[in-house]
Amino acid sequence: MKAALDILRKLLRDPAAAAGLVIVLLLVAVAVLAPLIATHPEAVWDMNPRQRLLPPSEAYFFGTDRMGADIYSRILFGARITLTIAITAVGAALLIGVPIGLVSGWRQSWLGEALMRISDIFLAVPQIVLAIAISQTLGPSIENVILALSVTYWPWFTRLVHAEVHSLRNETFIEAAIALGVPAWRIILLHVLPNVTSPIIVRTSIGMGFTILTASALGFLGLGAPPPAPEWGRMISESREFLPEAWWYALAPGLAIFLVVMGFNLLGDGLRDVLDPRIRRASTGR
Amino acid sequence: MSSIHGFAVQAPGDNLLEVENLRVSFATEHGVAKVLDGVNLTIRPGEIMGLVGESGCGKTTLANAILGILANNARREAGSIRFAGEDLLTMPRWQAESEIRGRSITFIPQDPFGSFNPLFPIRTQTMEVMKWKSPRRAARDGRGIAGFFSRYPRARRSADAAAVLQMLRTVQISKPEEAFGKLPHEFSGGQRQRLMIALALLPQPELIIADEPTTALDATIQAQILKLLKRLAKERGVSVLFTTHDLGTAYEICDRITVLYAGQEVETAPVDDFFQRPHHPYTVRLLESLPHPGRELREIGGEIPALVDPPAGCRFHPRCFRATEECLSDRPAVTPLGGGHQVRCYHPITGASRL
Amino acid sequence: MRIVALILKRLAWLVPTLAGLVAIVFFISRVIPSDPVALLAGETASLAQIELLRQKLGLDRPLIVQLLDYYRQLLSGDLGTSLFTTRPVWDDLSARLPATIELTIAAMIVAVALGIPLGVLAALYRNRFVDHFLRVFTVAGLAVASFWLALLLQLFFAMDLRWFPLQARITGFPPPSLSGFYVVDALLEGNVGRLGNVLAHLTLPALTLALPALATVVRFTRAGVLETLQRSFVMYQRAMGIPVGLIVWKYVLRNSLISTVTQIGLLFGILLAGTVVIETVFQWPGIGGYAFEAILHSDYAAVMGFTIYAGVVFGIVNLIVDIGHAVLDPREATA
Repeated sequence: MKAALDILRKLLRDPAAAAGLVIVLLLVAVAVLAPLIATHPEAVWDMNPRQRLLPPSEAYFFGTDRMGADIYSRILFGARITLTIAITAVGAALLIGVPIGLVSGWRQSWLGEALMRISDIFLAVPQIVLAIAISQTLGPSIENVILALSVTYWPWFTRLVHAEVHSLRNETFIEAAIALGVPAWRIILLHVLPNVTSPIIVRTSIGMGFTILTASALGFLGLGAPPPAPEWGRMISESREFLPEAWWYALAPGLAIFLVVMGFNLLGDGLRDVLDPRIRRASTGR
Repeated sequence: MSSIHGFAVQAPGDNLLEVENLRVSFATEHGVAKVLDGVNLTIRPGEIMGLVGESGCGKTTLANAILGILANNARREAGSIRFAGEDLLTMPRWQAESEIRGRSITFIPQDPFGSFNPLFPIRTQTMEVMKWKSPRRAARDGRGIAGFFSRYPRARRSADAAAVLQMLRTVQISKPEEAFGKLPHEFSGGQRQRLMIALALLPQPELIIADEPTTALDATIQAQILKLLKRLAKERGVSVLFTTHDLGTAYEICDRITVLYAGQEVETAPVDDFFQRPHHPYTVRLLESLPHPGRELREIGGEIPALVDPPAGCRFHPRCFRATEECLSDRPAVTPLGGGHQVRCYHPITGASRL
Repeated sequence: MRIVALILKRLAWLVPTLAGLVAIVFFISRVIPSDPVALLAGETASLAQIELLRQKLGLDRPLIVQLLDYYRQLLSGDLGTSLFTTRPVWDDLSARLPATIELTIAAMIVAVALGIPLGVLAALYRNRFVDHFLRVFTVAGLAVASFWLALLLQLFFAMDLRWFPLQARITGFPPPSLSGFYVVDALLEGNVGRLGNVLAHLTLPALTLALPALATVVRFTRAGVLETLQRSFVMYQRAMGIPVGLIVWKYVLRNSLISTVTQIGLLFGILLAGTVVIETVFQWPGIGGYAFEAILHSDYAAVMGFTIYAGVVFGIVNLIVDIGHAVLDPREATA
């Protein structure tokens, strides 16, 4: 716990990282409090054809969309979707990828090699390509997006963990533990895992950013949550046919995505600098 | 100002290099480290001067200051470095880069393993030096734009290449033509230092700065390299500033020795005098700490001071067995002892040493 | 001849990796919640008729057998037939590939030609204004949704200012096709007007696509140069008075490029991923746009075909990158 507070303090000293943290917390707050801070909470489900495509005003901060719904409120509720997708997808990828990485990095056996080759298969195409294939087959919904994203993201965790474990394996203190007869699972749990935590945390934060981008791209392509769900990517896609007149329609959701991803990226960078300078070297050299 | 090459050094008694009262400090995150505190050093033409001191005493900083490659956070607080009469510290940067470094003053680094670029063959790296620093280089060859697009006439290039091959033979690299095409990692540490010696001699400099050139080598190779360097330098009348923490090495090769402690030079003497009649308490302790059959290993108690907040006056006083009040207030002035031997101490040790 | 050995080894790994990808794609496509055969048979079909159809289509056999059949089909170059265009997917994709490659290469050129010098500058002027500005720029560049940026650029430069065309590869007729790359073909044709037209159309999509790649190149180059600058050989060359510009741009760059080149595979992945949405926004007739249209029309075969096709292209590019790495670092060859 003290270590965590220490990290927090160091993190806050870096203005960029602090900004990132603030943004992320803001996102969580917005998602949680959406019904309270939205000016038009019913905007998500109701239709209001007479108010359609109105420019930004006092009543409608970001204007209205083609259904006449308040874009500002829709964005706030969209934050829930975004956050849900990001946390679940990255969390699942982590839960799949880290154990696989631990196993494959620890043993120099055929199993390790095989697992790495399997993860290579999922990296044979860019994430979005495979995610498209999966999402399209299963149908547009938030659950399928989450599934597609976690299935395509876990190899990143596996590679990371594999590399770390692999190098730790050769450290003298691990060899000593093995020589003393400590069972493998204990070594992994008590000695290896703590050392691997830092890169995992960094990768998680950055992964949230990339996941949100990919998720919104899927939404843009029509593969995300179906309407009238206020998914940010889909909102941008909807706005296309109303350009250039309804410029606000495209601007607001995009800004939301930008801000949120920026926040996670800044936070991730800051965490990387604070947690372990060794990581920085590793990510450039190897 | 024309090149220093061919510039007749003044009267025979004059010094080639004069470091006078040099003060250099570094801005670090822990404060300002006063690394060099008024250092004086002279080197005569054709002499090998040893700069002896422990790690962190400032030898490398002094070498870097002379070469003009101090880090960005370094500041010269006071003093001058006169080379053949010119103050290197006030010389314009471009002049120092093109006329002094690699030409009048060359460099042999401490780390033979990292000092060659691993991706380029020896030919490229040596001929690069020759392109800019060969004695045959003419002003017409120009600098181009940031070093690109300058001239390297074919005639000079082949003359330079021949000179390089000849020098490689001189430093005992077998089959120089083959060596040319090889990559640095194909050579051993000793061989790489020979290459460094060759590169240091090819521009026909007046002074070579050798920064602990044998520290990274095996003991048996060290002796070879030292002998080679000494012989070649003496043959050509080139001065050498040889920094080291190893007194044995200094004895092998140097004509004179200056001891540096925590950024202050404390004693200077011709080599034999230095070993037989040391005067400064630190020097005495250093010599005593050399392993000697039949005698217990002696150590100097205490530690090198942190340079952010160094001791006042003579920086050795906290560890000195002869320190008194005045040692804390002002740094002792130079006390000449005759025969080129001088010391900076209020209580120099006289009488024959125990060695 | 270590390079040849390297190529063969990589190719050997490529095959099972692609086979694995195909297996995944195959199993996914068979996991459709609703029964495709029933859909095909129509609403009025009876259960017996559906079963008959299933047998006829071979969909009642064990999955493994179907998979092997699929492999056989793929090896003969048949990626399936598009439901929408009714043409073989392979033909559709191959026809559209040059457009995507042209766009990707243009973006790659921008990313590398701008990114490497900027990265070097950021490293040389570390913690000064240039560096801070570039750091903000790169973080922002990686945070922007490319489809959104594409829309904004369209909005501003094409609709508002009318400096650039809105979409497509060319207005009017394309140059006589020799390479499939409009830029090359227009150059070969010698038609300046058409060349200008093509380049104008290429600009906005290429810039949009290049942005995340540019940001990545700047970051990696900066890190690589900073690391290289610490090394002893840099200090040695400085001490010997070699011109600083030469030290940086000839020697340091080469060493730091090694780490950048290994990222080009990553870069290409970023670019390929980006083409899907960018081609959609700019109506660029490449394979990414094809994928979008396939999604729109629920053209399952086309989407699956696209996935496998992308895998092949990606694998080949990564192979080329590995070769490039071996060439740049001669230590690999002589060690």
